[in-house]
Amino acid sequence: MNNPLLEVRDLKVAYGGIHAIKGIDLHVAPGELVALIGSNGAGKTTTLKTLAGLLHPAGGQIKYDGNSLHDVAAHQRAAMGIALVPEGRGVFARMTVAENLLMGAYSRGDKKEIAADVAHMYELFPRLAERKDQLAGTLSGGEQQMVAMARALMSRPRLLMLDEPSMGLAPLMVKKIFETIREISALGMSILLVEQNARLALQVAQRGYVMESGAITLSGAASELLGSDAVQRAYLGA
Amino acid sequence: MEIFLQQIVNGLVQGSVYALVALGYTMVYGILGLINFAHGEVVMIGAMLALSSLTAMLGWGVPPLLAVLLSMVLAMLGCMVLGYSIERIAYRPLRHAPRLAPLITAIGVSIVLQNLAMMIWGREYHSFPQLIANNTHTVGGAIINDIQIIIFILALAIMAGLMVVVHRTRLGRAMRAVAEDQHAAQLMGVDINRVISITFMLGSAMAAIAGVMVSANYGLAHYYMGFLLGLKAFTAAVLGGIGNLRGAMLGGLLLGLIESLGAGYIGDITGGFLGSNYQDVFAFFVLITVLVFRPSGLLGERIAERA
Repeated sequence: MNNPLLEVRDLKVAYGGIHAIKGIDLHVAPGELVALIGSNGAGKTTTLKTLAGLLHPAGGQIKYDGNSLHDVAAHQRAAMGIALVPEGRGVFARMTVAENLLMGAYSRGDKKEIAADVAHMYELFPRLAERKDQLAGTLSGGEQQMVAMARALMSRPRLLMLDEPSMGLAPLMVKKIFETIREISALGMSILLVEQNARLALQVAQRGYVMESGAITLSGAASELLGSDAVQRAYLGA
Repeated sequence: MEIFLQQIVNGLVQGSVYALVALGYTMVYGILGLINFAHGEVVMIGAMLALSSLTAMLGWGVPPLLAVLLSMVLAMLGCMVLGYSIERIAYRPLRHAPRLAPLITAIGVSIVLQNLAMMIWGREYHSFPQLIANNTHTVGGAIINDIQIIIFILALAIMAGLMVVVHRTRLGRAMRAVAEDQHAAQLMGVDINRVISITFMLGSAMAAIAGVMVSANYGLAHYYMGFLLGLKAFTAAVLGGIGNLRGAMLGGLLLGLIESLGAGYIGDITGGFLGSNYQDVFAFFVLITVLVFRPSGLLGERIAERA
């Protein structure tokens, strides 16, 4: 096995006196698509926010590309190639679609390549090309999800973290978003995918972790998790 | 009619100064949700710094025009350092405190700066040296002098420059991103502390220029001059919709006009009972009216959405 791109050991996160994450281990290998599933409030979003640097761990270790992220601020992590598409998308509603994409490339200096990447995003999401001068706040939920994903890709991340990309979207849009995730993954991007829709997530992922009240209770190949009785009962409604 | 035109001219000149100061309030509010009540004192410090450096340079025999320019630059730099320090020392430690704490701190900073200025420059009015030939012109019966023309054009140019920075540059995008969603901005790689510092410095530089303008226009500087000016500029920002840059500019110009026209006609309206020395009443009448009937201001969005 390759050295993992992301390696998390015994990560603990507490806020407001509550231990939201109680010592989890997980890793993502280069090029791997890993799903983190679990019910509402299990700590999935907290995990991603901590990895992105928005929350500070109470203990444990996060290693990215072999280096500790302990003293690395969120904005520096972004520049290092860690991108998070946050829950609720977090698009800049009062900026145009094009400006949102440029924000994604904020840490980059290569103007020509940025322009080329913008063009590439419009190929990946033709809908955004039609709406590039519109304020992002006026777009539909699915279109905003596309903006958020395209914006994250504009940073040319090495690790892409997606928090509930299917949330609140119409089935057709969910399908489109997951097709895109599959495409990006096929290009070799390392992806950590958090989803409540466990079946969908495990269908695209290679490996998965199941999280329950702040701890990882199960992990393994996505296909095994899909078939496991425990997962079936708890998350797949079988 | 001549009075009317004259008051329009005066109002636009005074209003453009309000607008510059109001921009400082509104930029900080837009990014931090904080009303920086010390901003008026930054205007005053700008005027005082310019005054001191101007006096010193004239004493050294520096040519007047060069001295004016240099003292303005010095005032701007001094205020940028001041604005940066205020944020760093007084506001940043309270970034996650309940909203009342930074507000009270802002008032505290304002009092500290006033007293500091009083200790350095004394309680007396300083006359601001008149260094350029201040020719007057008559336009349709209204009198306008060179300093007023310079103030108005310079203020408009600075505002235009600010709009270009905010809407056309990487820094401006970062400022708007931080104003809208600090977490998302960080995820994009924006160092929000840096952007906040720059915002304070930009606002303070504009405040310094405004301070020099006011002093040059009235020929006076005083340690207390920032208080009322700050309150009025804040009123202008609220009138336009606090947090909204275009609103601050519109609010500043409108407030200048309202005040000026009010002062010009208050005697006629009240049959001589109240004189133009009541002109300050108008600003606060506007503030109360806006807060009661349209708290989000003329161009503002609903404030309630911002937690």
